[in-house]
Amino acid sequence: MHIVCCLKQVPDTADVKIDPETNTLVREGLESILNPYDLVAVEMAVRLKEKHGGRISALCMGPPQAQSVLRQAMSLGADAGILLSDRAFAGADTLATSYTLAQAVLILNRKTPVNLIICGKQAIDGDTAQTGPGLATRLDYTQLTYVTAVESFDPKNKLIRIKRRIEEGQEILEAELPALLTVELESARPRRASLPELIASMRKDIEVWDKKKIEGDANQLGIKGSPTWVRKMGAPPPRTSGPRFEAAKGLREAVDQSLDIIFADGFMAEELGIPTGVHHGKDSRGN
Amino acid sequence: MSECCDVVIVGAGPAGISAACILADHGVETIVLERGEFPGSKNMSGGVLYGHDLARIIPDFAERNCPIERNIVESRIWFTSKEGGYSLAYRDRIFEEQRRHNVFTVGRARFDRWFAEQAGQKGVLVVCGTVVTDLLKDESGKVRGVRTDREQGELEAKVVLLADGINSLLAAKTGFRPEPDPEHVALAVKEIIGLPEETISERFNVAPEDGVSIEILGSVTRGMNGVGVLYTNKNSLSLVIGGNLKDFARLRLKPYELIEDFKTHPMVAPLIKGGKPREYLAHWLPEGGYDHVPRLYGDGYLIAGDSGMLFNALHREGSNMAMVSGKIAAETIIQAIQKSDFSSESLGVYAQRLKDSFIMKDLKKYRRFPGFLQKHEDIFNTLPDSLSMAARDMLTVDGVDKKTKQSRSWKMIRSKTSRLRLLRILFNAWRSVK
Repeated sequence: MHIVCCLKQVPDTADVKIDPETNTLVREGLESILNPYDLVAVEMAVRLKEKHGGRISALCMGPPQAQSVLRQAMSLGADAGILLSDRAFAGADTLATSYTLAQAVLILNRKTPVNLIICGKQAIDGDTAQTGPGLATRLDYTQLTYVTAVESFDPKNKLIRIKRRIEEGQEILEAELPALLTVELESARPRRASLPELIASMRKDIEVWDKKKIEGDANQLGIKGSPTWVRKMGAPPPRTSGPRFEAAKGLREAVDQSLDIIFADGFMAEELGIPTGVHHGKDSRGN
Repeated sequence: MSECCDVVIVGAGPAGISAACILADHGVETIVLERGEFPGSKNMSGGVLYGHDLARIIPDFAERNCPIERNIVESRIWFTSKEGGYSLAYRDRIFEEQRRHNVFTVGRARFDRWFAEQAGQKGVLVVCGTVVTDLLKDESGKVRGVRTDREQGELEAKVVLLADGINSLLAAKTGFRPEPDPEHVALAVKEIIGLPEETISERFNVAPEDGVSIEILGSVTRGMNGVGVLYTNKNSLSLVIGGNLKDFARLRLKPYELIEDFKTHPMVAPLIKGGKPREYLAHWLPEGGYDHVPRLYGDGYLIAGDSGMLFNALHREGSNMAMVSGKIAAETIIQAIQKSDFSSESLGVYAQRLKDSFIMKDLKKYRRFPGFLQKHEDIFNTLPDSLSMAARDMLTVDGVDKKTKQSRSWKMIRSKTSRLRLLRILFNAWRSVK
C-alpha cells in the first residue's frame, strides 16, 4: 500500500496584516507553515497506514526552505519526503503545479504502485482548491473532494468509502482505487509528533527532484506552463450590513419587523414549513 | 528505549546556542530543546549585542548575514526629570571603522533564529515546540537526561546544560536553582516603534547603517529602581523601560502605564514622533548580582546565562554574558567528555573558569551595586527633579546674578536631600562599583 501526500508551504495567513495604504499583504516577518489542510491530509494518511500498513511519500513543490514541511510530515509518520525544486518550476499556477506533481507521482508509481493520494482541500494562501482535482484528472484517479471522513479502505479489492461535504449536507461515496482525496479540516485532528520521531525526522535526508528527474516537458512547467495571469489584486469591498431594527424604540416591534423579513424569504419559509406569503408578524398576534 | 546523545541543552537562546556551536565544532553530538515555535520566539532583550563576544562563537558573523540592525557609533546617557533632563553623549569614529560592530542592535526574533541556523549548519539538532518538564536522575542523583512534554519524550545525555532563562519552569519544578526573590528580578516592557529608515538616520544624526544607544535614568521610572533605554534599529526604535519587581508591587505601577508615560517624556516624544507601534513585549531580568548567583554545576549538569543569574544590569550585559558562559560551559563539557567524568567535581571546573573570566570579575566588582540602588531611592525620585531645577534656574535668563542662583539651587537641593545624605550617596555609589 502506498499513499502520497501533497503538501504546500504557505505564509501563516492567520497572522496576516494588510498595508492600509497599498492594500497589499505585508509579507515581512510572516512565518511559513505547512498548509493546515495538508497537515490534516498527512494525519489521515498516517491513520490509514497504522491500520493497513504500507508506505507514505510526502511530496512538496517549492524552494529549498520548503523542506521543513516535509520534515514535519516525516515527524508525524511519513516515510519519505521529496522536494520538487527547480528554477523551472517557479511561478506555476494550478495547471503547471498539478502537471509537476503528476509527473512526480508517476515516477513514484514505478517503484511502488500508488493506491491513494491525499491533498488538503485547498491552500490558505491561494484558496483555489484546484491543484488536487487537477492532479486527479491528469492521473485519471477517482476524484473525491471535500472529504470529511474515510469510512472504509480496502486496498485489496481496490475500494474506498468516504463521507464528503456537499452544499445540502453529506454524501457517502464508494469509489475505486486509485483515488485522490482532498480533505476538510475536521476529517482528522493532527497529532503531536513523539520525540523520537521528531528527532529522526530532522536527521533524515530529503530527496530533491529537479525537472530532469521528473522527466518534465519544459513547456508545461512553471511560469511557462501557466496560462493564469494575475492582472490586479485588491481587497474586497467591505460588506454592507443588513437592515437594522431599533430595539430601544420597542422590542416587540423590532422582533416583528425582523421576523417579517425572514419569512418574506421564500426559502426560509419553506424550510420552516410556513406557506409563503403569510405575514407572520400579524398572524402571531392573532389579528 | 529512549533517545540519547552526548549533550542536551535546554533553551535555544544565546547561552544554549553558543554552547551548541562550540560543542558541534568539537564533534560532540548535541540536541537543543526549545519550547518556543522557533528560536527567539519567546526571547526579549534590550537589543544590543557585542561583536567581540559573538565573534568568539561565529568569527565571520558579519559575512554570514547576521541580521544586524544598526552599528552603534554613539552612546548617550540621560538623567531625566519630569520636564526634561541632562544628556551626556559620546561618539567616536573608531566605532564607524576599525572597531565596527563593537556594539550593534539586533531584533531577537531574527537574531536568535539566525544564530540557531548557524548551529544547525554545524550539525546541532535544534528541536522546537518541545517543553522540558523534568530532569531524569539515576539512583545516585546524577542528572542523566531530560523528560519532555512529547510522547516517548525522554532524552538521555552525558551532560545536560540548563540555559532556559530567568523564567525557568524547570527550576521551579526541580529546584535545580532557587527561584529568585522579587527584589532580585526586574520586569521590563518593550515597545518596538516603526519609523522610516531615513527618518531614524536623520533624527539621530547617523549614517544609514549606524545607530545610537541611549540609557535613561531618573524620573522616567517614576521613583522605581530601574532604567529606560532607547535603541535605534534599521527601521524601528526599541523602547524599553523596567524596574525592580518589588518596586512595581510597592508603588502599584502598571508596566503599560509606565511605558506610555515614558513615550510622552519631552526628550523621548520628538524621537518617536509619527512612529507606529509594531510589537509589545515583556520579560524578567535577573538582577540579584554576584551574591545571588546559584551553584552553577552539579552531577551531570551545568547552568548558563540568565538561568544562572549571570547578568550585569549596569552595563546592559545579559546576552553577551549568556554567550560567554555558554561557551565556557561547552569547553568544560568537552574536557569532561575527554576524561569521561561527568561528576560535580569534573564539571566544577566551569565555576572556576567563570571566576577567571570577565563575567564573575564584573559581577564581583558590582556586587554591591544592586543593594546600593535599593538603599538610595533618592536617585530615582528626589534627585532628578532637584538637579533639573538647578539647571533650569541657571539657564533661565532673568536678570538674577549667578551667585544668587547658585546658592538658591544649593538650598533647594539640600532642602530635599541633606548634605550628609548627598555625600553618603556619592561615597556609597563609588564604593559599590570600585
